[in-house]
Amino acid sequence: MTRVATMQVLRLLLVFLVLGVAFGQPQPAVAEDREALVATLAGGSFAEKERAIQAAAATGDPDFVPVLQAMADNRLFERKSDGRVVVGEPVGRNFRLLDAVTLDELETVAAGALDRVRVNNRVRRALSVAIGSMTLLSPDPAQRIRAAQSVFRSGDPEALPILDQALLDETSDRARTRLEQARAAVILNTDAPDEAKIAAIGVIAARGDREALTLLTGFRNQAEGELLEAAERGVATVERRLKTWEMAQHVTFGLSLGSVLLLAAIGLAITFGVMGVINMAHGEMVMLGAYTTFVVQQAIRTHYPELFDASLFIAIPLAFAVTGAVGIAIERGIIRWLYGRPLETLLATWGLSLVLQQTVRTIFGPTNREVGNPSWMSGSMEIGAISITMNRLWIFFFALAVFALLLLILKRTSFGLEMRAVTQNRQMAGAMGIRTGRVDALTFGLGSGVAGLAGVALSQIDNVSPNLGQSYIIDSFLVVVFGGVGNLWGTLTAAMTLGIVNKFLEPYAGAVLGKIAVLVLVILFIQKRPRGLFPQRGRAVEA
Amino acid sequence: MLLTRYLGEGGWWFLFAIAVIGIAVPYCNLAFQPGDPFYVSGFMVSLIGKFLTYALLAIAIDLIWGYCGILSLGHGAFFALGGYAMGMYLTRQIGDRGVYAHPVLPDFMVFSNWTELPWYWWGFDNFAFAMLMVLLVPGTLAFVFGWLAFRSRVTGVYFSIISQAMTFALMLAFFRNDMGFGGNNGLTDFKDILGFPIQARETRAGLFVASAVALMLGFMIAKAVTGSKLGQVLVAIRDAESRTRFLGYRVEHYKLFVFTLSAMMAGVAGALYVPQVGIINPGEFTPANSIEMVVWVAVGGRGTLVGAVIGAVAVNYGKTWFTTAFPEFWLFALGALFIAVTLFFPKGIVGAWNSYVGWMRAQKPDPLAYKSRDPLTLDSGRRGAPAE
Repeated sequence: MTRVATMQVLRLLLVFLVLGVAFGQPQPAVAEDREALVATLAGGSFAEKERAIQAAAATGDPDFVPVLQAMADNRLFERKSDGRVVVGEPVGRNFRLLDAVTLDELETVAAGALDRVRVNNRVRRALSVAIGSMTLLSPDPAQRIRAAQSVFRSGDPEALPILDQALLDETSDRARTRLEQARAAVILNTDAPDEAKIAAIGVIAARGDREALTLLTGFRNQAEGELLEAAERGVATVERRLKTWEMAQHVTFGLSLGSVLLLAAIGLAITFGVMGVINMAHGEMVMLGAYTTFVVQQAIRTHYPELFDASLFIAIPLAFAVTGAVGIAIERGIIRWLYGRPLETLLATWGLSLVLQQTVRTIFGPTNREVGNPSWMSGSMEIGAISITMNRLWIFFFALAVFALLLLILKRTSFGLEMRAVTQNRQMAGAMGIRTGRVDALTFGLGSGVAGLAGVALSQIDNVSPNLGQSYIIDSFLVVVFGGVGNLWGTLTAAMTLGIVNKFLEPYAGAVLGKIAVLVLVILFIQKRPRGLFPQRGRAVEA
Repeated sequence: MLLTRYLGEGGWWFLFAIAVIGIAVPYCNLAFQPGDPFYVSGFMVSLIGKFLTYALLAIAIDLIWGYCGILSLGHGAFFALGGYAMGMYLTRQIGDRGVYAHPVLPDFMVFSNWTELPWYWWGFDNFAFAMLMVLLVPGTLAFVFGWLAFRSRVTGVYFSIISQAMTFALMLAFFRNDMGFGGNNGLTDFKDILGFPIQARETRAGLFVASAVALMLGFMIAKAVTGSKLGQVLVAIRDAESRTRFLGYRVEHYKLFVFTLSAMMAGVAGALYVPQVGIINPGEFTPANSIEMVVWVAVGGRGTLVGAVIGAVAVNYGKTWFTTAFPEFWLFALGALFIAVTLFFPKGIVGAWNSYVGWMRAQKPDPLAYKSRDPLTLDSGRRGAPAE
C-alpha cells in the first residue's frame, strides 16, 4: 500500500527532475508528452533517440518499460501503412502489434508490413540503463535486484538519483544490499569526494564476486594516491575471497566426478568386490542402461510427449530390469563355468563386451544418440560464486541413494545375508541350505542392474554411443581396487577421493596430464597398499 | 649342444618351418614377376612380415602368461614403445625431405612451432643407438613397473588391471601433441632405413628376413628359458606361488627377470613391425589391442610357445579375412572367439591337438610311446583353489 503511494510521489519528483534535465540542455528540449517521446524514439536521430530514452526513464512511467524493452529487443516497429509506432510480439513468423503510445492491442501482421526502429550500440546502452533504472522502482523485489545488477554493471552516473530514491524506501534486505552495491559502483564513476569513493570500494569489495573484481581492477588502473591504495586493498580482498570460492568449486566438481565414478564402479564393487568376478563387460551394462533410457525417451516422444519429464523415472526400473536380466543370463551362461579362474573370466567377459558393443552398434548405429534432459534437470544453481548444474546435482544425490540402497540390501535383507555367506564360505553356505547357484546369479544380476542405473544417470551427462562403457571400465576398476575389494564404503571413499584429486590436478596439469597423474598415483598407491584403502582381513583374504 | 636339449624335436621343426618361410616368401617375391604362379605379391610380403612380428610378440606374452602365470594387459605398450623407438630413427632419416624441408626437426615439430629438437630425440639418428633404445625403453619400463608390482606382491587380476591402467596412461600421454611424438598422427611418411629406400621390394624382403630371424631367435631364447631350471621355477611360481616362496626362491626376482625379458622381446617385435606397416601411432597403446594379443596366445594354446605363434597367425589371418569380407562381423567373431576359447578350449589349438594325439595313442597302446609332458595339467578348472 505505502509502496504505491510513495511511487506516485516519486513519479512527481521525477517529472520535475526531467524538466530540469530537459531545460538544462542546449539542444531543443525533448517533449515530455508521451506521444512525442515515442515519436522521437522511433524517428529521431540516434542522439535524439538517446535523449528521448533518458527522458522516458525520467518520467518513471512503468508503461514505458515494455516500449523500451521492445526497442532493446529489436521489436519496436513503424507500421508501413500509416507510420504508427508499434510494439511487436512475435507469434510464429508474424507479429501481434500493440500501440506504443496507448499499449492497446492492434492486429497481427507479417514482418514485411513493418519497418524496424534502428538502434546503435550507444542507444542500446542507454536503453539498458533506462530499463534498469526504471525497474529499480518496481514493486517486485526480484525485479529491483535484477535492475540493481544491471546498474552495477553499467555504473552509469545518470542512475544515481533514482538509486537514492529507491534506497530511501527499500524494505527487502537483499534488494537493499544490491542497491547499495549498485550505488557504490555508480559513485566510482562520479566526481564524488575521495572518502565517499573509498567507502564505495569497501562496499564493492564486500560483494566479492568476479564482477566486483572486474570493476575494481578497472577502477584501480586509473586511480591515484589514496584511492589507488584502497582499490588495491579491495582487489586483494576480492581475490582472496574468490580463491576460497575456487577451492569450493573444485570440491564440488570433484564430488560430481566422484559421484559419476561411484555410480560406474558400485556395480563392479558387487560383482568384482563381493563375488570376485572380473567382469570386463561391466561398462557395456552401463551402456545398455543408457540405451534403455534412449529407447524409453523415443517411445515417450512419439506416443506420450507430455510424460517426457517423467521419462527417467520410467527408465530407471526398466534399465535395472534389462541389465539385471542380461547379467543373470551372462552369469548362468558363461561366468559360472569359470569360477576360480579369474584370468579366463576376464578374457571371456572382454569377448562378451565386444559382442555387446557390436550388437548395439548394429541396432542403433555407431553414432551418438540424443538423450534429452527433463526440464527439472536442466539449468543450474548458484551458491555464492559457484554454480552447480542441476543434472550434476541430481546425479550426486542419485549416486548416494543407490549406494545407501545397496548397503541396505547387503546388510539388512536375507538376500544380502545369503550373499555374504556364499562369498565367505561357499560349501558351508550350501550345507546350510542356501542355493548357492541361485545366489550367485542374483548377485551378479544385482551388480549388473546397478550398472544399468548408472547408465540412466550417465546418459544425462555423456554421449550415448556404443563406446560409452569403454571409457568407464578402467576408471571403475581402479576405484574398486583403490578402495579395497569387497568394501562398499571403500568404494565410496575411493570414488570421491579420485574425483576430487582429479579436479584439483586439472587446473595445474591440464585434463589429460591430470588423468595420467591420477593413474600413476593409483598404481603407486597399490604398491604401498596392495589390497586398497580398506583391505579385508581374515581368512577369506587368501582364498 | 645345450640348445638341442631345450628345443626338442618339435622345436627344430618349428625353426625349420620359419626358416623356409623366411627364405621362400621374399625369394618368390623377388625372383618371379606378377602373373607367375609362384609370385608372392608385395602386399603379401608385408602382411606375412607383420604376422611374423605378431608371432614374436605372442611368444613374449606366452613366456610370462603361459609359463609364469603373469597376465599382462599392457604388452601392447612395450610393443608400441619399441615401435616408437624405431619410428623416431626412421623419422630422423627423413632429414630435409619432409614437407617443411627442415634439416633437423620432423614435420610435426615445425608445424607446432618447435625451435629445437627435444633432448629425448637426441641420438635417434644413429641406428645402433635407436636399436639399443628398442631394447632399453620397454625393458626399463617393465623393470620399474615389475619391480614395484612384484615386490609388493601385486598378483593375478590386480596385476592385469594395473598393467592395463599403465598402457591406458601411456596412450593418453602419447595422444598429447606437446609430448613431441607426433600426437594422434604418430610418426609416418618414412623414407629410408640404413640408407635403403623403405618402399623398395628389396628392402621389404630384407625386413621380412629380419623378422623371421628375430622370431627364430626369440623362440630359441624362450625355449632356453623355459627348458632350463629357471623355467621349472617359473612354472612352479605359476602353479603355487606361495609354496615356491616358502621353498626359498625369491619369487619376485624370477618374475621380474622374465617380465623384463618379455617386454624387450615385445619391443623388438614393435621395432620390426613399424617399418613394414609404415606408421606408428598412439592407437597401438589402446587397452583393447593388448587384450587382443592375449587372445592370440589363448587361441593357440598357452604354455606351448609354438601355440602362441599359431594363435597369432590364425587370429590375425582371420581378422584380415573378416575385415575385408564381413567388416561388420569381425567384432562378433573376435568376441565369440574369446568366449569359446575360454569355455571350450582352455588349452587352445595346440592343447586340443595334444589331447587328440594322446587319445589316439591311448586307443592303440604303443610300447614305444613317449610320455608327452603337458604343461597345462595343473590348470584345469578349480573352484575355490588358490587364486592364480
